[in-house]
Amino acid sequence: MEQQVATEKVKRGLAQMLKGGVIMDVVTPEHAKIAEDAGAVAVMALERVPADIRADGGVARMSDPELIIKIMETVSIPVMAKVRIGHFVEAQILESLGVDYIDESEVLTPADEEYHINKHDFKIPFVCGCRNLGEALRRIGEGAAMIRTKGEAGTGDVVEAVRHARTVMGEIRRLQNMPEEELMSFAKEIGAPYNLVKETRELGRLPVVNFAAGGIATPADAGLMMQLGVDGVFVGSGIFKSGDPAKRARAIVKATTHYNDPAILAEVSRNLGEPMVGRQVTDIPESELIASRGW
Amino acid sequence: MINIGVLALQGDFHEHTKVLQSIGVSSRLVKLPRDLAGLDGLIIPGGESTTIGKLAEDYDLIEPLRQFGQQHAIWGTCAGAIFLSKDVKRDQPLLRLMDIEVQRNAFGRQVDSFEIDLQVPFLENGESQPYHAVFIRAPMIKSVYGKAEILLKLPDGAIVAAKQGRLLATSFHPELTEDDRFHRYFVELTQS
Repeated sequence: MEQQVATEKVKRGLAQMLKGGVIMDVVTPEHAKIAEDAGAVAVMALERVPADIRADGGVARMSDPELIIKIMETVSIPVMAKVRIGHFVEAQILESLGVDYIDESEVLTPADEEYHINKHDFKIPFVCGCRNLGEALRRIGEGAAMIRTKGEAGTGDVVEAVRHARTVMGEIRRLQNMPEEELMSFAKEIGAPYNLVKETRELGRLPVVNFAAGGIATPADAGLMMQLGVDGVFVGSGIFKSGDPAKRARAIVKATTHYNDPAILAEVSRNLGEPMVGRQVTDIPESELIASRGW
Repeated sequence: MINIGVLALQGDFHEHTKVLQSIGVSSRLVKLPRDLAGLDGLIIPGGESTTIGKLAEDYDLIEPLRQFGQQHAIWGTCAGAIFLSKDVKRDQPLLRLMDIEVQRNAFGRQVDSFEIDLQVPFLENGESQPYHAVFIRAPMIKSVYGKAEILLKLPDGAIVAAKQGRLLATSFHPELTEDDRFHRYFVELTQS
């Protein structure tokens, strides 16, 4: 009766435990505690939230291990951390710290403009961003155990999160209504592994848990993404760039659970104070858009 | 007809309802106290116990769940087992229904999550057919006292399942496997 560790089952399984929950970006141990107390299912430990990465410019890299360790010591919930796309050495470093999930993230500056990390090489599970079904299945093919639609991080504008979630769901519906003989060409068209295309068609959903991310700033935004069919939400800048982070965090947690109960959504949306200052995605020059990073 | 509730505040509640459906048992998601009416039993799924506890507190579910558990069967998997316990040695909302002390994340972090085949004699064909158990950042039952009894241990002696009347706690996740024997065991428990 041998124990098996780092199997696909336990990697994907942790994401299943996060379903219906909110994963919050935190930049200090104090933030992490506020997030845990508000009911976050996990925290994403990083040095700057996406809104600040945008404002500061320059190269955004993996966070200081010291910060990540302090956050891991502070909370009892899972701790995630980000690496640059393709930067497998940053991933090796996070693995040696024992973080619970690695986000190979377009929010950081890509280290490789052609290849993502071979995530099968790691014991720690990975979450990756996607804008469409092909991108999601390529990442799963590389070993991602969880997917998040990208949205446009650090904007407080939910429009891209909606676009990406609708695109993925729409493509899955199209796939389900397709005759069998069209599958191979569809796989070729979207650039996805054939076996995963087949599996997605059979399941009627992505083979791994799929959260929404990028631009979620209010309880109503969280409810919107949940009603569109995602399994949970990431909130980055939306909480700690707002006027009353603890209150807003609690409200978004409640909204994610009671996403189809408008009376509760109305109740939790009351008197939340100032939301983060938003930046309309259509006002951002194309060269500054984050979601297009990833191949 | 048997109707089992699945607490749907957060976690892998859909995985439980899928297994129940596959064995022909109807189920209902429970998010508010009124959802408990008329149920024969309740499953508290895996998830984050701190999140589930806080949401239960915020929506006044703690007392109704305690009363439900005094009359009906409840099964907690992983976070659900933590939520059922009397003590976790830290400050978080608990139902305190079972005489067990649970240690959260007792096997380590995610990198230590594991799968293992276990002999579970009380399941159907349990003597001959091993049960494949999945542990994810799993809790361990550190002590069992009072009216609770030990149901299952790992080969190294760690307690991973306990029972108290019609209350059942497992550290692992039967909802993540194709094997439906634990769910059938629980459905029988609701009828005992």
